[in-house]
Amino acid sequence: MIRVVLPPNLKIMARVDRELTFSIDGPVTQRAVLDAVEAEYPMLRGTIRDQVTQQRRAFIRFFACEQDLSHESPDAPLPDPVVSGKEPYLIVGAIAGG
Amino acid sequence: MSGVRVLVGTRKGAFILTSDEKREKWDVSGPHFAGWEIYHLKGSPANPDRIYASQSSGWFGQTMQRSDDGGKTWETVGNKFQYVGDPGTHMWYDGTQHPWEFARVWHLEPSLTDPDTVYAGVEDAALFKSTDGGQNWTELEGLRAAQGHRWQPGAGGMCLHTILLDPTNPDRMYIAISAAGAFRTDDGGTTWKPINKGLKSNYIPEEQAEVGHCVHNLAMHPSRPETVFMQKHWDVMRTDNCGDLWHEVSGNLPTDFGFPIGVHAHEPETIYVVPIKSDSEHFPPDGKLRVYRSRSGGNEWEALTNGLPQEDCYVNVLRDSMAVDKFDSCGIYFGTTGGQVYASNDSGDTWNAIVRDLPSVVSVEVQTLK
Repeated sequence: MIRVVLPPNLKIMARVDRELTFSIDGPVTQRAVLDAVEAEYPMLRGTIRDQVTQQRRAFIRFFACEQDLSHESPDAPLPDPVVSGKEPYLIVGAIAGG
Repeated sequence: MSGVRVLVGTRKGAFILTSDEKREKWDVSGPHFAGWEIYHLKGSPANPDRIYASQSSGWFGQTMQRSDDGGKTWETVGNKFQYVGDPGTHMWYDGTQHPWEFARVWHLEPSLTDPDTVYAGVEDAALFKSTDGGQNWTELEGLRAAQGHRWQPGAGGMCLHTILLDPTNPDRMYIAISAAGAFRTDDGGTTWKPINKGLKSNYIPEEQAEVGHCVHNLAMHPSRPETVFMQKHWDVMRTDNCGDLWHEVSGNLPTDFGFPIGVHAHEPETIYVVPIKSDSEHFPPDGKLRVYRSRSGGNEWEALTNGLPQEDCYVNVLRDSMAVDKFDSCGIYFGTTGGQVYASNDSGDTWNAIVRDLPSVVSVEVQTLK
């Protein structure tokens, strides 16, 4: 199972207070994970990536296994620990302001 | 039981303030959507329990919410705002052309007759319509054909912030854009024409240009839809022929800069503005928060101060932050960037703060529940 952690604001919007888990058929990529998130939680469409361009929102970052995956191709395979469920895929609202 | 529901959008969530017809004691509900910017929320005239809300965030973009129980619970609805075709470019601050980009929904205007139909005014300026309760949105792209390439953003962005529906003619609508001006459709939104004749803006290259004026807000009394009042960047204006020609009614105002303008619920010639010192000093003149009322449709104005702070007050009142209720003794409401919501239950003669310490108020709407 793929584990996904949402930022707090999106947990509230999705009405979940836990880690999400998904079973994904085929290659486990960032696009596949985000497709699964948006399919199960349609209220999150447009909040992580633009609905028209599919581009990541500027202040959203993707992390896993202590790596910043934000600039990786959305179709690149995710690290094995994410695929096996050992490590979560983190969707993070960037720290901005001060 | 009759009552009133005040819908308040703030920089950090929505609040719903309720009272009975006396409007003396208030219950405060919220924050709804805590932490999110709520530019606007408005109830359906056809079904007061149906409320639409625009929820946005610099991180997570635009989302839309709908309530069918008067704001107790909310459901996320559609947030796909896609311009029709290639929207091309508009004028940027420096006079160059800039691509059209969706940023957020500034204003929601539910249909007067159908709870499932609602209009959304967005930045970059465009008008969208939903006929299924906000699930799907379609642009009325004919508006951008009204010289959209010449529109330019105001300081707050290139926003379509005002939508007025003519209750006597379902095909007629007025909208306003900063900084493009006012526009009217007479065919249900298919085609639009600029209605800015008579406006003079000495801060643009051609001061009487057909488009390019920074209109801040429009207001109309439902019994006289041919008469529209305007708070422009500078100048308070009025038209009596559906916008074909405007004339200035600033009269004796201490400053004619400001953002909102409102019309009394039962007196079509009684109007309200909140003078703000200038475009570089967005606070009331002399630190005195004063609503000005004209009972003559403009030109002669009186200051309303009873209950409002008359020293050391340096808040702003934004364009969508004033509304009126429909009780016999008309209620007037406005919110400030300091987080206060002031209410008058006697047409503006006296004022009280319903709440004082909300986040910065962006919008105020009122539902009269009878």
